[in-house]
Amino acid sequence: MKKSLSIFWNHTKGSMRDLAPIVIVIAFFEFVVLRQVPDGLVGILLGVVLVVIGLTFFIYGLELALFPIGDALAVALAQKGSVFWLLIFAFSLGFGTTIAEPALTAIASEAGQIAADAGAIADNDEARDRYVLGLRLTVALSVGTALVLGVLRIIFGWSLPLMIISGYVLVVAMTAIAPADIIGVAYDSGGVTTSTVTVPLVTALGVGLASSLRDRNPMTDGFGLIAFASLTPMIFVMAYGGIIQWI
Amino acid sequence: MIVSSVTTIVATGTDVLPIVIFIFLFQTLVIRKPIPNFKRLLAGLGFVIVGLGLFLIGLEQALFPLGREMAAQLTSPEALVGGGTRDWTSYLWVYAFALAIGFATTIAEPALLAVSMKAHDVSGGAIHVWGLRVAVALGVAVGVALGTYRIITGTPLQYFIMAAYLVVVIQTILAPKLIIALAYDSGGVTTSTVTVPLITALGLGLAETIPGRSPLLDGFGLVAFASVFPIIAVLTYAQLSEQLDKRAARRRKIQERDDPILVEED
Repeated sequence: MKKSLSIFWNHTKGSMRDLAPIVIVIAFFEFVVLRQVPDGLVGILLGVVLVVIGLTFFIYGLELALFPIGDALAVALAQKGSVFWLLIFAFSLGFGTTIAEPALTAIASEAGQIAADAGAIADNDEARDRYVLGLRLTVALSVGTALVLGVLRIIFGWSLPLMIISGYVLVVAMTAIAPADIIGVAYDSGGVTTSTVTVPLVTALGVGLASSLRDRNPMTDGFGLIAFASLTPMIFVMAYGGIIQWI
Repeated sequence: MIVSSVTTIVATGTDVLPIVIFIFLFQTLVIRKPIPNFKRLLAGLGFVIVGLGLFLIGLEQALFPLGREMAAQLTSPEALVGGGTRDWTSYLWVYAFALAIGFATTIAEPALLAVSMKAHDVSGGAIHVWGLRVAVALGVAVGVALGTYRIITGTPLQYFIMAAYLVVVIQTILAPKLIIALAYDSGGVTTSTVTVPLITALGLGLAETIPGRSPLLDGFGLVAFASVFPIIAVLTYAQLSEQLDKRAARRRKIQERDDPILVEED
């Protein structure tokens, strides 16, 4: 009991150190630059305490659950030796975590409004809902595809820089031809797909897979899945915007 | 407050639940092995859900409203430096805020901490948790500051992003191979729970107050900056530490040469 308490206290100290920069920056700009005292100082301090406790719990749970789960699954799948199930798993993990992502839902409904305003789709609820759902499915599909591509890369040892840079070239080329109002949404959708729960799971999956395969280095081959997951949504969403406009 | 806390934790739970159900189904149906340390995993998942919930409540209570309000105040005409003339230099405090908030939010990003811990383990300690986090945070800081400069001057987003991609390509050729995959990942990791809401508020605030900017076309795009520049920063960090290591090794060799006993041992 005493030991776990001291582990907890160490985590708490770490969380406080992690959050100190935000508190300092906000305090500096508030008191020195804007010269004001924010309303509800007590509530704010309470909020900061909650953030510290929350971060401590999360990091503790991360080491206890998220990393081991990702690791164990990757190792079990590699031992099973079935590329098919590995790819099914990678796709479902990407698709499943993304379709439920609240940040994506928010950005998709915003994009639906933009598209309706721009006249790309009819301005009624039904057309908008269909567009929003289509967008969410597109992004979820793109993240599923990204993890499949990333896992294939780990298995076969393809060159990551070559794949990512070709992806960038594709993004640049598509930016030139995609409808202007989808570009901002497309660029942002790359960022929202990688949530706090997904990142540790996906990282553990990649690293676990690379360490259980012979001839693969967990450092050079294990990372890179997140890079795919933030690249493909841009490509897929711009394609979606283009297709919607042409129809 | 208590009601909103409960709803946030429940919402976090419903976020995490599909992932958990899917993983457990996969484990029982496909892998067909009992889950090792089942109780520990359940406890850990409980910590993840409650922790993430409290973290989000705290952010919503304290930091996000404050950050949003400050972004609005700093971009308002009254806060500009130099009064009458309005060019890009009037926004000095905005750049300073962008730099500082980009750095600070990235240090607090739990996903980045997770990846840094993993990288530290996997590299056998060669990659330092703090070194990586500070490198990524500096990248985000510079990226967000440049992004606000772009909104203020109205330069097209694509020019900056393409130039940054070009730098990434050149660095990829030069940087140590070990770091490349991690560097690419760090771009996606940074744009997560803490950073995105605050820098989006900054971008939209700027685009709304500056004449001739549209929030839809110019307000977005800061996230794109915040995802590319960390890649450059991490690659630079790797190149720098490689140089330092080489120099240290050379110095050691020179010392060994000057020291006859050590040479004999060789």
